[in-house]
Amino acid sequence: MMSVKTHQYEVVIVGAGGAGLMAALYASQKASTAVISKLYPTRSHTGAAQGGISAALGNIEEDRPEWHTYDTVKGSDYLGDQDAIEFMCFKAPELVYELEHMGLPFDRTPEGRILQRPFGGHTNNETGKPVRRACHAADRTGHMILQTLYQQCIKNDVTFFDEFQVLDLIMVNGKAAGVVAIELATGDLHVFHAKAVIMATGGWGRVWEITSNAYAYTGDGAAIVLRKGLPLEDMEFFQFHPTGIYKLGILITEGVRGEGGVLINDKGERFMEKYAPHVKDLASRDVVSRAMYIEMKEGRGINGQRYLYLDVRPETVNKYAKIDGRTNPDGTPYQVTAEEILHKLPDIIDFCKTYLGVDPVKEPMPVQPTAHYAMGGIPTNVKTEVLADEKGTVVPGLYAAGENACVSVHGANRLGTNSLLDLVVFGKEAGVHAAEYATGAAFEPLPGDAADFARSQLDAILNSKGNERVADIAAEMKHEMMDKVGVFRTEEGMQEALNKIRELKERFQHIHIDDRGKTFNTDLLTAWEIGNLLDIAEVTAASALARKESRGAHSRDDYPKRDDQNWLKHTLAWRRDGEIELRYKPVVLTKYEPKERVY
Amino acid sequence: MQVTLKILRYNPEKDAQPHYERYTLDAEPTDRILDVLEKIKAHEDGTLTFRRSCAHGICGSCAMRINGRNRLACKTLLQTLDTSKEITVEPILGLPRVKDLVVDMTTFFDNYKKVMPYFVNDEPLPEDGRERLQSPEERERFDDTTKCILCGACTTACPTFWADNSYVGPSAIVNAHRFIFDSRDRAAAERLKILAGESGVFRCRTAFNCTEACPREIDITKAIAEVKRAIITGRLD
Repeated sequence: MMSVKTHQYEVVIVGAGGAGLMAALYASQKASTAVISKLYPTRSHTGAAQGGISAALGNIEEDRPEWHTYDTVKGSDYLGDQDAIEFMCFKAPELVYELEHMGLPFDRTPEGRILQRPFGGHTNNETGKPVRRACHAADRTGHMILQTLYQQCIKNDVTFFDEFQVLDLIMVNGKAAGVVAIELATGDLHVFHAKAVIMATGGWGRVWEITSNAYAYTGDGAAIVLRKGLPLEDMEFFQFHPTGIYKLGILITEGVRGEGGVLINDKGERFMEKYAPHVKDLASRDVVSRAMYIEMKEGRGINGQRYLYLDVRPETVNKYAKIDGRTNPDGTPYQVTAEEILHKLPDIIDFCKTYLGVDPVKEPMPVQPTAHYAMGGIPTNVKTEVLADEKGTVVPGLYAAGENACVSVHGANRLGTNSLLDLVVFGKEAGVHAAEYATGAAFEPLPGDAADFARSQLDAILNSKGNERVADIAAEMKHEMMDKVGVFRTEEGMQEALNKIRELKERFQHIHIDDRGKTFNTDLLTAWEIGNLLDIAEVTAASALARKESRGAHSRDDYPKRDDQNWLKHTLAWRRDGEIELRYKPVVLTKYEPKERVY
Repeated sequence: MQVTLKILRYNPEKDAQPHYERYTLDAEPTDRILDVLEKIKAHEDGTLTFRRSCAHGICGSCAMRINGRNRLACKTLLQTLDTSKEITVEPILGLPRVKDLVVDMTTFFDNYKKVMPYFVNDEPLPEDGRERLQSPEERERFDDTTKCILCGACTTACPTFWADNSYVGPSAIVNAHRFIFDSRDRAAAERLKILAGESGVFRCRTAFNCTEACPREIDITKAIAEVKRAIITGRLD
């Protein structure tokens, strides 16, 4: 029998990435607050974000929040809720300045202002040309955001429980009342009694074989919420980033293309001209990833293999910049040197040298689309309150922000740099609203068996008597999802994937783990995480199978067109009695009528 | 190809002392040490315990001693090591062992927190609410030390830290440097006072182990020297 320790905080935040830390800074000003994270906070995956955070600051050229809003609506393939998108894009400048005021070391213009670079799908709405909207710190913007927020948490004496894995959400009388976590170092269970809980646990790219995502990205928050009988929204929409390092999936920022890099096929063609004649390599990620799959399918992968080249050699950048008529802010032709590229993209160059033995200023980089970002997740409103159904009923005391939430600001496809924006804007909202709620609410009485469900999940793994290896089940899931619920999908493939996931879930009941100890039992917790991924994979496949259209990241060979008549709506998926139940709710449209999406 | 890892194992629930165990398995030259550890854990011995997350050198979880040198397991490819011999993998030194390759990082983070590793400027914000201005040259001044991922490879490679872990260590100094030389920050004097103290920068004996260990290629010894000079001269140029 594991011992249980009990703590009490008004607000408990699960996850210490950008959204969790931003929430912590605000919640802790008004309410007693604890952050619970399975990793040391600075290990969080926000730190892997590279290219920038978008805000229409107009530091280099004219830009407006209205344009950012429209670009995001269009990027979402009209599935994003327009009120939420407008809220985020109009908040963006204020939040970026706030980060700067916290000390974030953005790169600078000669005038000393925050430097900005172009990114996919972000445009001047009058000319249709790419606009410099992504505020950056070299190619480690996420790292600097994570470090800066953690530093400010230290300054503000925020309470952390590092390396505590949250296993369950406690619900009492339909309200959030806390969480149950296991302390990795000791194996002890801890009950955190709270008035408000903020879920900020990030995404679940580890469902797929090739991914840019950390090992830790196992969808814990979403899976926990799903197990409490709450729905997940738009799970069929998962972004494949066009440029992952071949075979490894490690992210190569879109900022490479922002700085003038281009994608090249085996014939030496800059193929994006065919697919996005206006913005070419800076089209939305779904558009670029599909184009790459088509190129490879038609035999134009490099040496016939499943990769293409991303070329940022100065001679290539300068050649295409000239063809495109790209200019500097002062009107002179855009030209770069190897030294400038090295200065702007130091980490990318380091990754390529380390993992590929390739120096990107001398050779092109072999890349393939990589599973990158969950547009879907725990449904929330703009105040980050979690929603229980398609009518918008709020779950009192429960909040979600960052990648594990679906507000929805990304709809069917997220624009690059909008993820970092999402997590600071809605992380802050979550902290503010959760603290406000908590100061006006009482603690719900804690049930005597609060830790039982968490313990039963661990016991089921520890006492499982089968001989299945968890890693084998995980590998089969990842392969199946990559193959059949990836960039291109068919009815038959998705059905096969769904059947396969259900078979794997059955096999998961018969696993065997080696480590039965209490101290830092990562064998046990990895198994629990794979269980989360299986639940997420099932919901993803079921939601995808039902959506009979192509929109954003959900692209079907058998239904190749977007169908606004029947499918301009959000999916909500519940898991009930072993089955996935799907319902739908309308998209919030304000100013922008859906129209055909051309880049 | 085949590769043999000799891993220092320790389970406090079972072992009085750490001991080595050997694992021989198939691997690719391009596999990272982390990939090999994952294969062992997945298929041979699930009790093998280590930290990892991002797997590409940005989260700082998997610092360990590989053939006697501190590295990130996720940035060390087999082809950069002599795989004809056993590869020794041990936990980083100078911090209490928890289990196998996992050490207790509390002291490391406590030392980090001692140096005021956060931005301080209580002057009024620009009236237009926009950014504080900083020239590209001022920004460049502390660029190198903004790269730190707090993996601990430097501090746990430092002989002075091994001898006495009240010494704040190179990583903490790097993070102090990042703010001391930031033109927008206003707490340099306080940080320099802390670092001039007995747990501070003058404990450094310039062994260069830290600079060699840094997976982010930060010129740590230079940063430490700049902090020493700032204390001695009182200048921040």
